[in-house]
Amino acid sequence: MIELNRVTKIYPGSTLPAVDSVSLTVPQGEICVFIGPSGCGKTTLMRLINRLIPLTSGSISVNGQDIMTLDPIELRRHIGYAIQQVGLFPHMTVRDNIATVPKLLGWTKAKINERVDELLDLVNLDPKEFRDRYPRQLSGGQAQRIGVARAMAADPTTMLMDEPFGAIDPINREVLQDEFLRIQAKLKKTIIFVTHDINEAIKMGQRIALLKDGQLVQAGLPDELLNRPVNEFAKSFVGADRVLKRLNLLKVRDAMMLNPVHCLEEDMSEKVLEQMIKNDLYFLIVADGDQKLLGYVNQYDLRGHKGKVGDVVRKLTLTVSQERNLKEALSQMLSYDLGILVAVDEEGHIQGVLNSATLFKLVGATYDERGGHWGRITASGRIL
Amino acid sequence: MTTYDFIVRNWSELMHLAWQHTLFVSIALAIAIATGVPLGIYLTFNRRLADTVLYLAGIMMTVPSVALFGLMIPFLSIFGHGIGTVPAIIALVLYSQLPILRSTYAAIRSVDPAIIDAGIGNGMTRAQVLFKIQIPMSLGVIFSGVRVAVVMSIGIGAIAAYIGAGGLGQYIFNGITQTYDAMINAGAVAVSVMAILADFFFGRLEKTLVSKGLRRD
Repeated sequence: MIELNRVTKIYPGSTLPAVDSVSLTVPQGEICVFIGPSGCGKTTLMRLINRLIPLTSGSISVNGQDIMTLDPIELRRHIGYAIQQVGLFPHMTVRDNIATVPKLLGWTKAKINERVDELLDLVNLDPKEFRDRYPRQLSGGQAQRIGVARAMAADPTTMLMDEPFGAIDPINREVLQDEFLRIQAKLKKTIIFVTHDINEAIKMGQRIALLKDGQLVQAGLPDELLNRPVNEFAKSFVGADRVLKRLNLLKVRDAMMLNPVHCLEEDMSEKVLEQMIKNDLYFLIVADGDQKLLGYVNQYDLRGHKGKVGDVVRKLTLTVSQERNLKEALSQMLSYDLGILVAVDEEGHIQGVLNSATLFKLVGATYDERGGHWGRITASGRIL
Repeated sequence: MTTYDFIVRNWSELMHLAWQHTLFVSIALAIAIATGVPLGIYLTFNRRLADTVLYLAGIMMTVPSVALFGLMIPFLSIFGHGIGTVPAIIALVLYSQLPILRSTYAAIRSVDPAIIDAGIGNGMTRAQVLFKIQIPMSLGVIFSGVRVAVVMSIGIGAIAAYIGAGGLGQYIFNGITQTYDAMINAGAVAVSVMAILADFFFGRLEKTLVSKGLRRD
């Protein structure tokens, strides 16, 4: 756990504080993202925590201990540290780079070697292949992985990461972010993660602290920041597309309609058609007796058909898992021009249906309460 | 008599002079490295002093070597060492300072601040950063300064014969006064060979001491 209490930093020769009375608690095992425009003090605030920069006033405690009562060198050896420029030591092998802190802590050679291999495995690099390489023999993404492995070498409970994936191309950045989240899910470190990329913040942070001019503008869950930005700055920082960003945070299960209207394959076409006309449904989902999705039928298919619906059912190839995020689901709906998307489990059981109405209702309702229902706009020109 | 004949006939004397030459150049270089490298490192902590010291060392280089030997005679005579090996060594130490100082200073300073930040952020002390990161990373550039100093000192060392320090310069000066070409050539060739050998030796030493991770290939 990291607790910041009225933390202030004024650089010598400056009158304006770089960090201005910031109070914040990061619970054990969570990633807290510090975000803000350049010069907002996010990196300074992070560097105050391991005393790379001396505090002007206020107090910081890590795992309940006031950092000012600890020896700064010892403190840093127990807080993982990874930076954007990676800062691998070019004259040392990957092994020696990762072993930096364990060596400083006086671990035995055997224990260090074991730990190095374990960490290489963790960051998805083959120990045999990479252990004895030098940093110049690594790609950007590999170097960044080693940087993270070095920060975790002595198994610190707390880590500081300053734009650790900032210098990586977007595709590899995604990969590294996903890998890191997977590792974090296992290890549950308390992490301060500095970035200026709002998308990265939303993806990585369990909590986000938005800073401006050294002051904490808003701190809270990613959804709160997107959903209820406290002021104009916060609103503009998260971006005009903040609603779309929320789609990243929400899952299909949050938006889908449960127990959607459907028929079974053994139902008689005539009866089903009758009900469809009555309820003004053009399409209908067809399931088997086990609630497994078989496909759909439309009124045209059923018209004049005598027999079971199952005989005329059309396949529905595009479905979605309820664990996917809404952005991906919406993207599928848009790319394939689908009015609905059926959520199924691995065996194909229907779990719910996503349609534009449910999507708008979920995202729109929480987004802007003034938004009324405009009904159906048609392209028929002037109404009178 | 050809240069070759001269060398063959005077082999033992040539070796004696070469040994003398090697000795005072080595002593001078040992002193220059032992003072220049630490001073260069110290200067990286004191930028204001660094400008002054590097400027003075630069001026030192512009003083013609013969003049420097001459200028030192009155001072060193006080201690009874106006001429001979001692002033030769002092002059060589002074000349070697600039390349060694400048390369050390530049190398230590050019270490990427992000790497130093990573070292400190991971809990290294300032001394550990210096000895485990900055110096090992700077070795290659420091070596290039030392190699310049070595080759230069062997060359300038020949002039030390002028103030009675002996060495291979003696053949060159005697040859000039006697207009004895073979003798001049023998001295000059020996100085060149020595410089080439020394440079080669330091090149090999550099290769073994500098980390493979810093090699550019």
